[in-house]
Amino acid sequence: MAKIVKKERLSADLVRMVLEAREIAETRKAGQFIVLRINEQGERIPLTIADADAKTGTVTIIFQEVGKSTRLLGSMGQGDDILDLAGPLGKPTHIENFGTAVCVGGGVGVAPMFPITEALKEAGNKVITIIGSRTKDLLILEDEMKAVSDRLLVMTDDGTYGQKGFVTQALEEIIKSGEKVDIVVAIGPVVMMRAVSEVTRPYKIPTVVSLNSIMVDATGMCGGCRVSVGGKSKFACVEGPEFDGHQVDFKELMMRQKTYMKQEHESLECFLNQALKK
Amino acid sequence: MEAKERMQIPRQKMPEQDPKARGKNFDEVPFGYSEETAIREAQRCLKCKKPSCVAGCPVEIDIPGFISLIEGGDFIGAARKIKETNALPAVCGRVCPQEEQCEVKCILAKKGDPVAIGRLERFVADYERNAGKVQVPKIAVSTGKKIAVVGSGPAGLTVAGTLRLLGHDVTVFEALHKTGGVLVYGIPEFRLPKAIVEAEVNYLKEMGVKFVTNYVIGKIRTVDTILSEYDAVFLGTGAGLPLFLGVPGENLNGVYSANEYLTRSNLMKAYLFPKYDTPIVRGKNVAVIGGGNVAMDSARTALRLGADNSYIIYRRSLDEMPARKEEVHHAEEEGIQFHILTNPVAFIGDENNWVREIECQKQELGEPDDSGRRRPVPVKGSEFRIPVDTVVVAIGNSPNPLVPATTPGLDTGRKGNIVANEETGLTSRDGVYAGGDIVTGAATVILAMGAGRKAAQAMHAYVMNGKKE
Ligand SMILES: Cc1cc2nc3c(=O)[nH]c(=O)nc-3n(C[C@H](O)[C@H](O)[C@H](O)COP(=O)(O)OP(=O)(O)OC[C@H]3O[C@@H](n4cnc5c(N)ncnc54)[C@H](O)[C@@H]3O)c2cc1C
Ligand SMILES: Cc1cc2nc3c(=O)[nH]c(=O)nc-3n(C[C@H](O)[C@H](O)[C@H](O)COP(=O)(O)OP(=O)(O)OC[C@H]3O[C@@H](n4cnc5c(N)ncnc54)[C@H](O)[C@@H]3O)c2cc1C
Ligand code: SF4
Ligand code: SF4
Ligand code: FES
Repeated sequence: MAKIVKKERLSADLVRMVLEAREIAETRKAGQFIVLRINEQGERIPLTIADADAKTGTVTIIFQEVGKSTRLLGSMGQGDDILDLAGPLGKPTHIENFGTAVCVGGGVGVAPMFPITEALKEAGNKVITIIGSRTKDLLILEDEMKAVSDRLLVMTDDGTYGQKGFVTQALEEIIKSGEKVDIVVAIGPVVMMRAVSEVTRPYKIPTVVSLNSIMVDATGMCGGCRVSVGGKSKFACVEGPEFDGHQVDFKELMMRQKTYMKQEHESLECFLNQALKK
Repeated sequence: MEAKERMQIPRQKMPEQDPKARGKNFDEVPFGYSEETAIREAQRCLKCKKPSCVAGCPVEIDIPGFISLIEGGDFIGAARKIKETNALPAVCGRVCPQEEQCEVKCILAKKGDPVAIGRLERFVADYERNAGKVQVPKIAVSTGKKIAVVGSGPAGLTVAGTLRLLGHDVTVFEALHKTGGVLVYGIPEFRLPKAIVEAEVNYLKEMGVKFVTNYVIGKIRTVDTILSEYDAVFLGTGAGLPLFLGVPGENLNGVYSANEYLTRSNLMKAYLFPKYDTPIVRGKNVAVIGGGNVAMDSARTALRLGADNSYIIYRRSLDEMPARKEEVHHAEEEGIQFHILTNPVAFIGDENNWVREIECQKQELGEPDDSGRRRPVPVKGSEFRIPVDTVVVAIGNSPNPLVPATTPGLDTGRKGNIVANEETGLTSRDGVYAGGDIVTGAATVILAMGAGRKAAQAMHAYVMNGKKE
């Protein structure tokens, strides 16, 4: 059981929640995630630990309301209990002083990017951060990111804030400007991570992406989360979620994410109908 | 009653759901004995002076002892007799491979049908539970020793129960949100109702065993950090790593490991979707690869999820199938179609990455291999395709590597299994014991429990005298 200590809406469909989870807060490392199950009928959903406070014994999650489970979660509030919370899961990000690190976060991916950016900065890297979103209202964590970066670039698809364009454009400009980039870490929609990997590939810049394949147990028991990396099958929950972006079969990942599209619609519809009745 | 008279009684049948009807629901298949049939079956037992059946039971239940009590109508007494050595009779009575263990050794099996030991065991356990007569046993005075158990499968539950009885303070850590291991996530409801597993766990809770769920050892805490707080640790983390075939197309949509398929259906109750949130693909043409209990469970689950055709694809012949005969029989009755001597060589998908066909190759049996079973040899030019929309790969599991990988100095074998002494469960680390599937590789419930019992006794000696046994 985990209590919701604080809830805050960051934008129309993005929610930040602070959860009581002392031991997870004490042991988690950048790049790790939790799995939660809201209630007895609930499914197990993975969410990255966006931040944690060992002193207060809390972890922060930031999630986008996309379907039934995330909407139900978004409808809960301070003081409510989440039935099950397990973590920290997944391998922590490999952190060291690489030299110059570019951190690229897109959409809700900025949330999982935050603890990694912070850790890279603490390890002594020169950190250049690029964050982006479709439009101004969807941009999150700008101040937080600024605080842990040497330089922060903001991109919006529609130009309502920062520069107009995709995060990949900003990345390409940095590389072309002659800046020696030692590592790129990218988290966001799969298409974005694929595009970032394509930008860095010709320059042979090591590129780390965080894969959000569909998970069930997240302990390595079911293999549902498997992704193809360098032609080999990997279990994202225990061998990842971070992998070499130049090796990942993004096309397969995107199609596998659609496995339950039909059921997800049905589930959401049921949920919305019930909500209407109430 | 004379022995002759006893031997004339036929083995009592256990009524079960009609095969047609049960293929559409998840209710338990057999209904169990009535009091009368149980007594009648108990009368068949000759109460041998040197009972050979007992030697076939890995936990040496006093079989003639409990059967005599049934014959005398003392069902509660019979249940308690069993519980002296087996804490989970309602489970074992249902899922033990009795035909290879206790029953095959029964003297009556030489000439005809053995006593239905498993059915009787299940009957008394159910009787006791349904009558609300389950009694929490007297716990020995507290020893002040703290024991940690990792994993809540049959091995872990046995260790927890045994050590708690002896007065130790026992905490079980479980990675998932529910306790029971394979009993809750793997074996389907129609073979082992989850309410029974829950009742067994509740019994341990009443005895004072503490359970911590959602707690992945190797992640939130390591074995070493546990050892700084506890006097001894038992590792019962099971064989939870699914194996795949390594053939092309295995990552297509609609291709599952049996673990995922069964976990979605059992643990997450996807068969009740959308009342429960976890989805599952309800395939119309489902192929299950493998020939063990896990494969039978998957094929029968597929049928209950609405498949028109549910196939078993197995590379050897029916005789070599490792599944229990009873389960193969149940599967056949329900209309599962068997493609034996057949091996998949590739999965073929459509443009959206969905599996559509399996390319198979016929096999013939050659010389026996390491396992003593005849090796399947591919028949050239025998390739053919089966149209499918769902595939479940059930070719086995290997030990879960999370704990071994995070415990320095813990010796593991070639297949990643933890190396432990067969008699005591002691590993290469002081105070660290292990048993069940994590040591033996995927085996059986009763063997996991047997290993748990032995380890518990050794752990007791160790924490009380600092003695390594
Ligand atoms: C390691 C990891 C970390 C993640 N971190 C975050 C995060 O910090 N913030 C955030 O908003 N989202 C995160 N996600 C994605 C999040 O888990 C899904 O958005 C959520 O499960 C959707 O559930 P739903 O019922 O609301 O939507 P649904 O309607 O069920 O699904 C919408 C989409 O979400 C994905 N999805 C559905 N179920 C799962 C599942 N069990 N596991 C993974 N993906 C699923 C699928 O692509 C699906 O098409 C993460 C995923 C992974 C694997
Ligand atoms: C589908 C299926 C059908 C079967 N049918 C039969 C049958 O009919 N008869 C029979 O006798 N046997 C059967 N078996 C085999 C039997 O279930 C197993 O041999 C038995 O459950 C092994 O018990 P165990 O306690 O060693 O491990 P498990 O039952 O596997 O339990 C291990 C537990 O440890 C937990 N765990 C793992 N890693 C960690 C960690 N790092 N931290 C915390 N917890 C952890 C797991 O989540 C799990 O709950 C079947 C198995 C399957 C999969
Ligand atoms: S526990 Fe299993 S092997 Fe032992 S008597 Fe019962 S059914 Fe037979
Ligand atoms: S061997 Fe058979 S007949 Fe003899 S005691 Fe055991 S169950 Fe009864
Ligand atoms: S989610 Fe089950 S193995 Fe990764």
